[in-house]
Amino acid sequence: MARFFAASASSDAAALPVNGARIPALIRTYSAIAALTLLVVYNIFFTPNFLSLGTFNANLTQVATIVIVAVGMTFVIATGGIDLSVGSLMAIAGVLAPLFLIDANRFGAPVVGLVLAIVAPIAVTTLCGAFNGTLVTLVGLQPIIATLVLFLGGRGIAQLIVNGELVEFRNLGSPLVPNFEFLGLGQLFGVRFQIIVMLVIVVVAIWVLRATTFGRYVLATGGNASAARLAGVPVTRVTLAVYCISGLLAGLAGLIVVAINRSADPHQVGEFMELDAIAAVAVGGTPLTGGRATILGTFVGALIIQLLRFTLIAHNIPDGVTRMVIAAAIVAAVLAQRQRAS
Amino acid sequence: MREPLSTAEPILVMEGIEKRFPGSVALDGASLRVMPGEVHAIVGQNGAGKSTLMKILNGVYRRDAGTILLDGKAVDFHGPLEAQNAGVSTIYQEINLVPYRTVAENIFMGREPTRWGFLDRRRMNREAAEILARLGVRVDVQRPLGSLNIALQQMVAIARAVSTDARIVIMDEPTSSLDEREVEVLFEVIRGLRDSGIAVIYISHRLDELYAVCDRVTVMRDGRTVDDLPIAGVTRLELVALMLGKELGEVHRSGATGFAHQGERPAGAVLVEARDLEGDGLHGASVTIRSGEIVGLAGLLGSGRTELARALFGADSVSGEVVVRGKPVRWHSPRDAIRAGFGLCAEDRKVDGIIPFMSVRENLTLAALPVLSRHGIVDRAEQEAIVDRFIARLGIKTAGPEQPIRELSGGNQQKVLLARWLCLNPSLLLLDEPTRGIDVGAKAEIQALIDELADNGLGVLMISSELEEITEGADRVVVLRDGETVAEFTAEEVNQDAVMHAMAQGADRMPAVSVGA
Repeated sequence: MARFFAASASSDAAALPVNGARIPALIRTYSAIAALTLLVVYNIFFTPNFLSLGTFNANLTQVATIVIVAVGMTFVIATGGIDLSVGSLMAIAGVLAPLFLIDANRFGAPVVGLVLAIVAPIAVTTLCGAFNGTLVTLVGLQPIIATLVLFLGGRGIAQLIVNGELVEFRNLGSPLVPNFEFLGLGQLFGVRFQIIVMLVIVVVAIWVLRATTFGRYVLATGGNASAARLAGVPVTRVTLAVYCISGLLAGLAGLIVVAINRSADPHQVGEFMELDAIAAVAVGGTPLTGGRATILGTFVGALIIQLLRFTLIAHNIPDGVTRMVIAAAIVAAVLAQRQRAS
Repeated sequence: MREPLSTAEPILVMEGIEKRFPGSVALDGASLRVMPGEVHAIVGQNGAGKSTLMKILNGVYRRDAGTILLDGKAVDFHGPLEAQNAGVSTIYQEINLVPYRTVAENIFMGREPTRWGFLDRRRMNREAAEILARLGVRVDVQRPLGSLNIALQQMVAIARAVSTDARIVIMDEPTSSLDEREVEVLFEVIRGLRDSGIAVIYISHRLDELYAVCDRVTVMRDGRTVDDLPIAGVTRLELVALMLGKELGEVHRSGATGFAHQGERPAGAVLVEARDLEGDGLHGASVTIRSGEIVGLAGLLGSGRTELARALFGADSVSGEVVVRGKPVRWHSPRDAIRAGFGLCAEDRKVDGIIPFMSVRENLTLAALPVLSRHGIVDRAEQEAIVDRFIARLGIKTAGPEQPIRELSGGNQQKVLLARWLCLNPSLLLLDEPTRGIDVGAKAEIQALIDELADNGLGVLMISSELEEITEGADRVVVLRDGETVAEFTAEEVNQDAVMHAMAQGADRMPAVSVGA
């Protein structure tokens, strides 16, 4: 008893050699990968038609936006922060896009309108991310409070942009709409376009975190901000940047969602996305305390949650049970991770 | 000095107290005897065990061994509340009251006077005002505590202690955020407590305060109590010698350090010159560092040593003049200092040094990443080559570059942190307690390394609490006291007595010492 107390209270003890605590990031994701494999194997045997391109596309399509947002979330969490605003930022991006999908030649050439419909909303949500980052760094708010501002206010902004009404794309009467909808409905080589977008983002993010100066700065900031600053890490800029990345990816995910829905609903787009994304990060093995992060883990974590949902629905399990199973999976993942870390 | 109120038994006897934390022994047979109506100081260097001893007394920690007698009865507190109920109250450095409740509510929190089950606010306010008046403090008891300045908040904390019938009041650095006038008021209150028979345990690093208000002093060192004596019978210098564990008049070199070339190096060009730095614990600190010399920075805890190093590194902003290679600079972050070729190894490796989850490789090259990368992409091959080179050169004992740094011993962690700067080929290193918490062998190695680096033209500012390091390693010694540079010695002039003298009393009472640069 006293020893436990002492362990947390001692500040001047020299570095403690912890037995067998050497865990490269990859191993931390092993338990997640094992769980995913188990789910896949189970489905191959017990779910009819599981091994088909249709099932593949359906599952990955649904998980794509979660993965995209969760990658941004992983960067934020790696610095020891959190971003609650992602769902609301998705809604802002979603309702901004149709503003540019009007007359094909309003912006000179059709392609300009299309590019604007994609770039402008993402630019806005990136700026929103910069706002979050400013509150965290310069104002010094706790990340959960700082991003609560746009979690609440952001959806309000989205509702005000469209007067709270659903925007149906077919009512826009613009020839650009089908092009825009390719984001959500298009296919390349038989694979849905957003799956490809998701995979590219995952691969790039893994590389950024591992091989770039920025990636190392992110982990150093989350691992020990005070020491990182004294080692010349631009802690403020790095923190700002991760919230911008999160905002950017949330914006992209918002566009994909409205493209799939062929409509922009300020109330529904991105709802509960912050929770899905945080869950994916947690299940994937990234601790919420910062300093360690695995993008691959986040990807696998999102897949586990998605496949759990799919499996339970495919076997007609009630939604209430599904939610409880997912909750249990999160607890199990965090416990597994804690055991390895201690 | 005053005699205790009675020749009665001590109110508090702590005997043979031991406390271990994982990896370190905080207390190893500490003792404390306090009489009623006595202001009893506890002094000691950082890590001597003062705070741990107090936390055992007030129930925050459990002791591993030893006895505590309160009024002759053995006690064993299971938490701060039990200690408080037994009459042991603590006034913390950071006031631990509720800022948005009123003064009266804070004083009576947890035992509010009631009438027919309802809060009797009038009585509470009246009694709160009475208690404060007895302490000589006039303040509107219905104001929120947070609207008062720190000095008054502290008075409220004391009033709360008094109103809980405290017989022992512990004050840990109570004057750290008070100005001179407020300190005088606090001392009046402390004397009032003493005269009413309350024992006050007073922890402070400011020697002047001890002489102003305390009756006895207990000196602690390395987790043990080394002396307990009336403060009137000991000089400042003797007190400092006791804290550091030095005999006065000890002038010969111990030869136990790894330094070999003290005072033999030709002084190079002036690298940095700081004049009259003010703010953040500094009140007129000045220092000059040339390339190819080790400047030892000595001073008691709280003298501003760490603050001076951080100010030179751009980590904290202070006012005053900093001139680097002849040009005045105003740095906004350590990045600016790093670009100018500076490096800083902080006092607390865990808090300000290592990134615990990162590997030796990543910790070692953290500051060098801008140099090691092209277009933001780290050149892994070059990174590994540098890491291998420094592991070999500094003899860092590690299972390999990918081992997490937190698994290394303190000495090897420190070597990695030194290598973090050395791989950038710096011109100046600011080393804050470079050998603290490091075993003897690694200590001598690091000292020899510092010596060699200075031989090769590096400027070094070395802060140390260990007098040998200062007197046997430094080519020049600068002494800080209360944030001010009070003395400077050359390698020929320096000896432990002179440095302790300056640390304890400053230069004004020291005729035989050259002052200033």
